[in-house]
Amino acid sequence: MSAHRLSGDSLHVFRGERHVLRGVSFVAEGGDYLEVTGSNGAGKTSLLRTIVGLVHAESGRVRWNGLDIHADAGAFHAQLAYLGHESPLKADLTPRENLHFAIGIRRRVGGDEIARALAETGANGFADRPVRTLSAGQRRRVALAGVVLAAVPLWVLDEPATHLDAEGHALVGRLVDRQRAEGGIVIAAVHAPLPVAGAGTRRIGLTLQ
Amino acid sequence: MSSAVSCARLVIGRDLRLAFRNRTQLLHPLLFFAIVTTLFPLALTPEPSQLRDVAPAVLWVGALLASLLAIEFLFREDAQDGTLEQYALSGRSLTWLLFAKTVSHWLLSGLPLALMSPIVAYGLAVSPAAMPGIAASVALGTIALSLLGAISAALTLGIRRGGALLSLLTLPLAVPLLIFGAQATARAIEGASLVAPMYFLAACAVLGLTLAPLAAAAAVRISLE
Amino acid sequence: MDWTWFHRFGSPPHLYGLAGRLTPWFAWPSAFLIAAGLYGGLVLAPADYQQGDGFRVIYVHAPSAWLSLMAYTWMAVAAAIGLVWRMKAAHAAAASCAPLGAWFTVAALCTGMLWGKPMWGTYWVWDPRLTSELVLLFLYLGYMGLRSAIEDPQRADRASAVLAIVGVINVPIVRYSVEWWNSIHQAPSVMKFGKPSISWPMLTPLLIMFVGFTLLFVALLLVRLRGEILRRERHARWVAEVVAG
Repeated sequence: MSAHRLSGDSLHVFRGERHVLRGVSFVAEGGDYLEVTGSNGAGKTSLLRTIVGLVHAESGRVRWNGLDIHADAGAFHAQLAYLGHESPLKADLTPRENLHFAIGIRRRVGGDEIARALAETGANGFADRPVRTLSAGQRRRVALAGVVLAAVPLWVLDEPATHLDAEGHALVGRLVDRQRAEGGIVIAAVHAPLPVAGAGTRRIGLTLQ
Repeated sequence: MSSAVSCARLVIGRDLRLAFRNRTQLLHPLLFFAIVTTLFPLALTPEPSQLRDVAPAVLWVGALLASLLAIEFLFREDAQDGTLEQYALSGRSLTWLLFAKTVSHWLLSGLPLALMSPIVAYGLAVSPAAMPGIAASVALGTIALSLLGAISAALTLGIRRGGALLSLLTLPLAVPLLIFGAQATARAIEGASLVAPMYFLAACAVLGLTLAPLAAAAAVRISLE
Repeated sequence: MDWTWFHRFGSPPHLYGLAGRLTPWFAWPSAFLIAAGLYGGLVLAPADYQQGDGFRVIYVHAPSAWLSLMAYTWMAVAAAIGLVWRMKAAHAAAASCAPLGAWFTVAALCTGMLWGKPMWGTYWVWDPRLTSELVLLFLYLGYMGLRSAIEDPQRADRASAVLAIVGVINVPIVRYSVEWWNSIHQAPSVMKFGKPSISWPMLTPLLIMFVGFTLLFVALLLVRLRGEILRRERHARWVAEVVAG
């Protein structure tokens, strides 16, 4: 597997009139985990949304393997799994159906593969119940199964462990470490540090502007 | 190519399954259509010949307002639960995915309205011979309307109480559809040839098919920014 | 190709200064031409043999109607430039076009109604031109409504830009459909705007008014654009310097 590389050089981002990010730079290579920390409103989500290309930086670029992400956004997105603040699930579908439709758009995925991912994130106990009957933590586990199933090198996670119990935190740490061991890159915005291997872990501290 | 088709099938499949689990929501625009068209005889006259004269107008204004009601929900849930975000980041063409969504929206709102329009027309004293023409014109008109509505629905995403604004944006743009559609219905009632207005409706639909998904995708991206 | 001129042109302080310098070059000729056109149209031109003096409304109506369409086109072009090149100044220009265009539309509607009163005996008939002018007004109002409903200024710029482009594609279709509708429902009693055999003394002031109104539009646009740029850049250092002195 060729080593991937994601970089941002002095990103400036405005939200309305607020200058949220003032010259944020970073580099991450295959096997790296980048932890974005900062108080509420410091721009963690804005940074992640800029990295995935939803938000355009006023100046500065995000590069994936040397190429501006907006140059070929489709190809970049095909290598990226983004988990936002909310778990992107349909309340009227079961976790299994949700993953079938959501991952099916990205790639061909079999039922056994979905079952395995759900088992891995501890979600197979409620795989066939409508999502509306699940707790927020259970939904998070389903959403994490979706990230695993995407089978892509770059994960961008916004508070992946939110709503999760202690065992869930450990699970997120394990998933992140495995993704890194496979040469992937993980970027996560967190409040509490994730239990991950120390080597290759870097932090971006954002301060409230 | 085949992957694009299977993508669209998944998007449509998801929407249809969700709609099936929430059947009563599908009925709301249809009920609205039925009630609005019932108001006209009550407000106007039960006299069949007069009702027949206003039938094209009643049918089309009713269908227009009923589909507006449905359009408001075209992207709303997907925007709230993050599905649109995932579509935009899926690596697939957002234009294509939104086109598929618009197709399922038409299947769930435009097509039922078209199927229901003969019943409503019958209530307005229209002779059964005109029914196929009426249903066809409503079906064709709602295709263009769904596409147009997709743009306005995408533009008003994230606006609190955007419903009134959605109507303000969509209705002026829908003027040609109203004119051609009502004319087609009038001709169907008279037993005259529908070709000219149907041709115009089809032209609007084709223009919508080519441009509306692009505009809707641009608008969705802006709303996610 | 070197694009720096393009971005320099688009930079707010530069555009602010440029708009200020250009305004008199449009305002004075426009004032002169409109004065000349009005004199020619209201005093020198002979009364129409059919419509009498009532036809003189055309000297305001026709240029207003023309500008109502032109402003929409300019707005859409500016919006497209802003959307494609992410140029803030273009969005500011589009935002400045909208109220101007809406006012010219209102002017065209009002003068059209004044013209219609002696001819039809009523201020409002569903004449195709008046009808499509009315739809155009709704399009302007929708555009401004969308702009004001979105709180984030950049998002408001970009979303309304999409609407402007959709609208400009739709305007000719609306026009055509309304003409077609009118041709079907034409009641024989309604007198149409006759095409008077227009003579040079009548036509010359009209042409002068067209040019004068267009220049007036540009001058007003420049003034509004300066205001819009100042409002958007109110936290920038150069604005403080401009305001200070």
